[in-house]
Amino acid sequence: MTRDGYDTTHPLTLPSYRRDDVDAHPPLLSPGYKSTVIRAPHQPLVYLPQRLTEVTGPLLGEGRLGEFDHDLTRQHDGEPQGQRIIVHGRVLDGDGRAVPHTLVEIWQANAAGRYRHILDNWPAPLDPHFTGVGRTLTDERGRYEFITVQPGAYPWRNHDNAWRPAHIHFSLFGRAFTQRLVTQMYFPGDPLFFQDPVLNSVRDEQARQRLIARYDHATTRPEWALAYEFDIVLRGRDETPFEDEDDDE
Amino acid sequence: MSERLGVTPAQTVGPYLHIGLPWPDGPYAVPEGTPGACWIRGQIVDGTGAPVVDALVESWQADPDGRFDHPDDPRGARPSTVPGFRGFARTETDGQGWYGLLTVKPGPLPTPEGETEAPHLTLSVFARGLLHRLVTRVYFPDEATANAADPVLRGVDPDRRDTLLASPAPDGYRFDIRLQGEHETVFFAV
Ligand SMILES: [Fe+3]
Repeated sequence: MTRDGYDTTHPLTLPSYRRDDVDAHPPLLSPGYKSTVIRAPHQPLVYLPQRLTEVTGPLLGEGRLGEFDHDLTRQHDGEPQGQRIIVHGRVLDGDGRAVPHTLVEIWQANAAGRYRHILDNWPAPLDPHFTGVGRTLTDERGRYEFITVQPGAYPWRNHDNAWRPAHIHFSLFGRAFTQRLVTQMYFPGDPLFFQDPVLNSVRDEQARQRLIARYDHATTRPEWALAYEFDIVLRGRDETPFEDEDDDE
Repeated sequence: MSERLGVTPAQTVGPYLHIGLPWPDGPYAVPEGTPGACWIRGQIVDGTGAPVVDALVESWQADPDGRFDHPDDPRGARPSTVPGFRGFARTETDGQGWYGLLTVKPGPLPTPEGETEAPHLTLSVFARGLLHRLVTRVYFPDEATANAADPVLRGVDPDRRDTLLASPAPDGYRFDIRLQGEHETVFFAV
């Protein structure tokens, strides 16, 4: 026994997270997105068993949040330009279980499609009342909500007349290192999808659809804001034998 | 009972991650002034040898006793004996592609197979041009015996193992990351 009572002779049983389907994520080398060509590793990834470092992870957030971190329209003295929107949803794992109290971080361009970033200098206006950064924690049912403005599309130099469809960048921790996810949320019906190699790097049509939010009329607030629902699914756990006993299907 | 859902696909952080992800206290897995703290610094380069100036590195690790303050550690969650230990750092690269994080060396870890993992940090690398994070591990040069017995290192092609080994530096360690090509860093599928 160690000083804190942990029995070192007892075998260690770890939770294990299901590995993602091959087509769930984009291949690292997706030549339509040009910078992957010099940045994607050439060697195949080496299989890493999930051990203590991988099945644990930072549980952050409490104490990191300011009063208006979830409301990107109230972070300055005045209101930002653009269509006010509510973006909400649930963070779930692959078994449909809520991921509670997990940090959700977002960043986005303003209504004109420009980021408040030193390297973004295309001729669209900055908005003195919009930073474009949000943070929140999911509640006990895995729910989150942001209030922001509809981001604009923006040009980039990847291919001829290249434009990114409007999107919001999302960053999630889940409860284990294996669940860490950075992704982007898109808006339904965007006419720019067809030419976007980032969205289309996800080859499976169903998986790609999971990146597109749903217009949510029930949550849309009259005379105030349109609402979009975006659920995010992190990896599920392999069931342990103990949990199977509870499963009466 | 539970429905099986498809996971949300990963997407790149893009070129403007700096507005959303860096934290003022990001690089500090332990507070400045922590006894025994060391800097782990390195340069990230792409397949052309150019520094990657728009990357973000995150680290996660056990504390010096090999413990995690996390409910899924079957040995029990235990707050670290190192005051202010977070175990997590987040650091963006600078104009020359360098990142840096302040931490303390983790302890060794038991495995379910009864082996011992050598002290290590697990890193995630995010950048424009990476559609999914890359995962790698940092091992320590002064742990030759533990490294030789480490089940993960033993599973890596011997010619590539040294890409997972930090080298000594004046105030800690240096761990460069080569995304592609000659001496490409070993990246893992978790
Ligand atoms: Fe973007």
